[in-house]
Amino acid sequence: MNAATLAGLSGAALIGLGLYGVLTHPHPLRKLLSFNVLGSGVFLMFGIIARKGAAAGLAADPVPQALVITGIVIAFSATALAVALLLRLFAVDRSATLRPDATIERNDRSDA
Amino acid sequence: MTIIEALDIGLAFLVLGVAGWTIAAHEAFTAVIGYVVYGLLLALVWVRLFALDVALTEAAIGSGVTGVLLISAAVRLRASEAEMMHERLGIAPRLVAAALCLVAAAALAAVVLDMPDPGATLAPQARQPLAELGLGNAITAVLIAYRAFDTMLEKVVLVLAVIGVWSLSTDANWGGLAGPTRLERTEGPLAFLAQLLPPLGIIVALHIVWVGANEPGGAFQGGALLSAMALIVLMARLREAPAIGRRWLRVALISGPVVFLAIGLLGFALAGGFLAYPLGFAKPVIVFIEVFMTLSVAATLPMLVIGPPDRRPS
Amino acid sequence: MKSVADIFTIVAVCAGSFFFLAGTVGLLRFPDSLTRLHALTKADNLGLGLVVLGLLPQANGFLGGLKLVAVWLLVQLAGATVAQVIAEALRRRGPPP
Repeated sequence: MNAATLAGLSGAALIGLGLYGVLTHPHPLRKLLSFNVLGSGVFLMFGIIARKGAAAGLAADPVPQALVITGIVIAFSATALAVALLLRLFAVDRSATLRPDATIERNDRSDA
Repeated sequence: MTIIEALDIGLAFLVLGVAGWTIAAHEAFTAVIGYVVYGLLLALVWVRLFALDVALTEAAIGSGVTGVLLISAAVRLRASEAEMMHERLGIAPRLVAAALCLVAAAALAAVVLDMPDPGATLAPQARQPLAELGLGNAITAVLIAYRAFDTMLEKVVLVLAVIGVWSLSTDANWGGLAGPTRLERTEGPLAFLAQLLPPLGIIVALHIVWVGANEPGGAFQGGALLSAMALIVLMARLREAPAIGRRWLRVALISGPVVFLAIGLLGFALAGGFLAYPLGFAKPVIVFIEVFMTLSVAATLPMLVIGPPDRRPS
Repeated sequence: MKSVADIFTIVAVCAGSFFFLAGTVGLLRFPDSLTRLHALTKADNLGLGLVVLGLLPQANGFLGGLKLVAVWLLVQLAGATVAQVIAEALRRRGPPP
């Protein structure tokens, strides 16, 4: 087994791990972290495609690599936006829960 | 099994182990620390895939800048964690989720094992215009020439993300300051580092941007390094981030996409197409774009990390 | 056939790895944060120093060697600063209960 296949299998496992975290963690920050793990697994899949596309004297196909570089930067900006939204939610609500009924309960209590 | 294969397998287990720890950790802060380590290990995997440009980007942005963002978020959200403990799923739904994720991962693993080798590739097409463009790094060529449209739109996305983050400020603080406040007297090791490191970091960043034309490196990696220098100065509280209403900041933020777009439109007049570079002048034009992209990245990343403004300029 | 430089590299890198191993054992086995910090900084300092020293003969010309030394110096600087900052945070939090 070569390094590329190994990285691809790691990518597949990371996608599974990240997906599990996104599904099971109730806290949005943990969901976000898991989503980033999932994303890096997807990037690794691109990595194996790049490595298997080695040709023309290049050790790896530059097109998927360039897409991954773009992707890492986009993933960061999306994460930053999500963190800002989450901190705002916490500042307004004093809670980070995503349960839709939680806010309604709280509003009912403050109304009463 | 050779030594290098054993090291590869060890690295893969390490990456998966740290990723699993990040997912399973009890506290968000611990999980974030795990994520930073995970990012650095992942950079090593990218080195093993002969993708040095990606490794640099992953280490600088995927692990470094994202790490700073998430650590501060984890600290500020610590109070929200205990309350949400009772929202954790029961054992049965978690088992179902685990089984489904296992199926997804297994399907992807089957695809990986079934991939044709050598696979489909665009390497010859990406390599062919290199001499014409005067570049040596095929990835830079893909980013700025072959698929320039993607890169330009990505710069636009960065600006949109900044606008999105800023728009979460209250009306009263619009145009105000974000991030840590400046201290009158700063001392200690962090302040020392924040004074000593930036000159060095700026030189290294410029070097990385400059060699990016021919060797691993480029605008993203150099820009990320510059933003790291800005962040260390902010964290040491030597200076405050500029108020988001400042004209020069806004010019710096949009300079990358604007220059990119302007040169793209000029391509209609000079080279007969959007984002077409005039023959013989491709290299200087590309370096010109890279400089402004670096500036844009260097201004964007710290503003995204410190979040929306929370106070008026004093 | 290995030259003297190659043997020097192997010996120095192995010695460096030993210090990293010792540092890691310390990190895992020492009882509290301050002693763990102590183990870590030693590993960074000596271990990386020896690895860099060992790699110098293999460096790609003078500039390559300069970059290696710069990496070592920067890691020293960052490691020392981080150790100080963590120790300061520990001191502020007070002794563990």
